Amino acid sequence: MALIDLANPTRFLVLAERVLPWLMAATLFAFAIGLTQSALAPDDYQQGATVKIMFLHVPSAWLGMFCWGLMSVAALGTLVWRHPLADVAAKAAAPIGAAFTFLCLFTGAMWGRPMWGTYWVWDARLTSELILLIMYFGVIALWRTVENPSDAARVVAIVTLVGAIDLPIIKFSVDWWNTLHQPESVFRMGGPTIDKSLLVPLFAMVIAFTLLFVTLHIAAMRNEILRRRVRGMLMLQARGQEA
Amino acid sequence: MNLGPHAAFILVSYAAAIVVVVALITWVIVDFRAQRRALGDLEAHGVTRRSAEIKEPA
Repeated sequence: MALIDLANPTRFLVLAERVLPWLMAATLFAFAIGLTQSALAPDDYQQGATVKIMFLHVPSAWLGMFCWGLMSVAALGTLVWRHPLADVAAKAAAPIGAAFTFLCLFTGAMWGRPMWGTYWVWDARLTSELILLIMYFGVIALWRTVENPSDAARVVAIVTLVGAIDLPIIKFSVDWWNTLHQPESVFRMGGPTIDKSLLVPLFAMVIAFTLLFVTLHIAAMRNEILRRRVRGMLMLQARGQEA
Repeated sequence: MNLGPHAAFILVSYAAAIVVVVALITWVIVDFRAQRRALGDLEAHGVTRRSAEIKEPA
């Protein structure tokens, strides 16, 4: 099967049916490893056991940004190629991205209070991450406001591409401005600055969360395709009753 | 496992993660069942998709 064949929603549903059980099993397995490694990880020499919040905070931050990046690619698919699954992918991703961005902000606040002495500061990293969450809410609201999914897709695609400007701002905010948030310590040129004993469980959790995201996204895309089928059939039924 | 003096912050973070993940899983499952039920109801009332009608032999 060529990759382009997956653009067909019916084929996608068949593929989703096949891969979802495997993805669920892989996600559970990855979380079993990740959570065990996180529990066994040593305390940080400065932060103590609060470093365990990092194993939730960093994967959530990664997924919040990754999800908007994925929506931006889907937006190009909608605007340039009118790919049949592009707007389905974008719509299904938005609530998942919002959930992980919220989790990133919440765990950040829980980590910040004992380490910085405050839950929140209006520094560049935190504020740009909050803007990302607000943009997710805006996109979800747009999907719900515009009744015709293909009209909504075009509006959302433009908003998504404009909003993608926030991604490099989040990433480089700690380099461009003085922030209370620590500088980049994982995904940076020259390699991570975190000790291996904490880095290994962190990557295990990043893999587990990413697998969870992929599983949820495929399942949500399947639901969205079914929703569009229901909508199409309801419209056919209404036309039949009118005639 | 000793979580130290800030145990409450760690436990609240993990509890929040569980709530968010369970909420996402529940949303996906409930939505899937709702769509499948709606499709089933429509098919039971004789409504078929346009593409399904085209594929049917005349």
